[in-house]
Amino acid sequence: MSKPWDETCEHLLRELAPQILGVVARRFRDFVSAEDAVQEALLAAFTQWPQEGIPENPRGWLIQVASRRITDQLRSTIARREREELVAREAETIAPLVGLESDMDPDDTLILLFMCCHPALTSSSAIALTLRAVGGLTTAEIANAFLVPEATMAQRISRAKQNIKASGVPFLMPSSEERAQRLPTVLHVLYLIFNEGYTSSIGPHLQRLDLSREAIRLTRAVRALLPNDGEVLGLLALMLLTDARRSARTGPHDELIPLDQQDRTLWDQAEISEGTRLLTAALSKGSVGMYQLQAAVAAVHDEAARAEDTDWPQILALYELLMRISPSPMVTLNHAIAAAMVHGPAKGLELLKTLDSDNRLAEHYRLDAVRAHLFEKVGNSASAIKHYRIAAAHTTSTPERNYLMSQAARLDQS
Amino acid sequence: MKYILMMNTMKAGCGVPSWPQKDLQAHIAFMLALNKELHAAGELVSAEGLSFPDQARQVRAGKEGKPITDGVFPESKEFLAGFWIIDVDSPERAYAIAAKISAAPGAGGAPLNMPIEVRPVMSAPPKEML
Repeated sequence: MSKPWDETCEHLLRELAPQILGVVARRFRDFVSAEDAVQEALLAAFTQWPQEGIPENPRGWLIQVASRRITDQLRSTIARREREELVAREAETIAPLVGLESDMDPDDTLILLFMCCHPALTSSSAIALTLRAVGGLTTAEIANAFLVPEATMAQRISRAKQNIKASGVPFLMPSSEERAQRLPTVLHVLYLIFNEGYTSSIGPHLQRLDLSREAIRLTRAVRALLPNDGEVLGLLALMLLTDARRSARTGPHDELIPLDQQDRTLWDQAEISEGTRLLTAALSKGSVGMYQLQAAVAAVHDEAARAEDTDWPQILALYELLMRISPSPMVTLNHAIAAAMVHGPAKGLELLKTLDSDNRLAEHYRLDAVRAHLFEKVGNSASAIKHYRIAAAHTTSTPERNYLMSQAARLDQS
Repeated sequence: MKYILMMNTMKAGCGVPSWPQKDLQAHIAFMLALNKELHAAGELVSAEGLSFPDQARQVRAGKEGKPITDGVFPESKEFLAGFWIIDVDSPERAYAIAAKISAAPGAGGAPLNMPIEVRPVMSAPPKEML
């Protein structure tokens, strides 16, 4: 027992939590019991380490405590069922508590991640479980981040664990074929966590967990486990290149500042250069995917010192590629914006007409917001005001609604 | 996605419904079970019942900002009896829960089929604007 307790302890426990869970879940082949046992071990660390100091081998300590808890629990469960004869047999199947360090396998964290982002789970369950099991966050932190009561979040997590148990997914690395199928779900969950983080910069949410930072941290971990996957690199690049604009994105009263009006000196150059480096590495892998292309668009925006320096023809070309490899109404919408910037707003408005028959976007505020913007550019204020107001009525984000209403009011006055 | 489900049932001026005890108990048990179920599913953010209309007051600022209070007028057609805030994965799920509340048992155990107003809570993360 040596080092004193300080803030780094909390970070250490957060980093270790998923690793411990991976080891224990693999050894006992029971995710749900392993999760409970690891939480107990972490709690024990929180209460004991401040007094006794951090053990020389914190990881081994936690694995040992968690394994002991789960063994005790197994024994008492079996005893309750009055099947004493099973104790001996169960005990044999439990791997001996030796060679703890050699037990460490980075694949365990990866298995955990694939398990938490199982396609059988709803996205909110997958997000909650990933933050808890892989991110090592407490239920209270997750609940606070999503502004729901802690008890509700605890139920959501426990329901998700039960679903995993019921689905009979073994704690094993999926085959490479399954992995290829499930990786998009994993990346999507990480991307959703990142997007949720946009909320936390807005409103009186002091002490809220920064979900964008958590998503970046988790994606870095995934990248360490799958260093050769172009889309993992692409997603990490996209997050960094987007997050770089964070402090310029909102004004002093938390009002939204559109991209072309942001103070670009506030952009985080370190994040931009890291994102760009990762993107270059991703593109050299040879298999271009949607995250890499979106990251490339973000990089083009980030490298323009002034809004008018933006290389829109390049962005247009990137969206044309995106339309081919992963078409969606949202991509079509962004393509129309880029086309408007290159060929004039009238061209953009013409392209938007193709989306009118698409009921996936029919009531979506983004279509009206973009249309309003383009009508304003062609000098049709009446139509611009109309579409800003429709967009304001359809969004479910308060800062967006404030922004869109203000745009309409500004045009109405002039 | 967060939604508020608003139960507009009572007419202003009305008090406790005069149902047989058995039916009243069935109604109360239904509501308690529903809240338990939403909590167990990890979907319940909050649920509140509101006082009966005779305790409602309308307040406006008078001159010098002093409050002027008034009773709620009996001709008001509908009155908010209670609400739920839920956090669910889709609007369809919110509608399904609302339909379940709507069918709460009333007199004689028959479903009330009361109107439940469902509205998204402004909680979406904003996107960067162009």
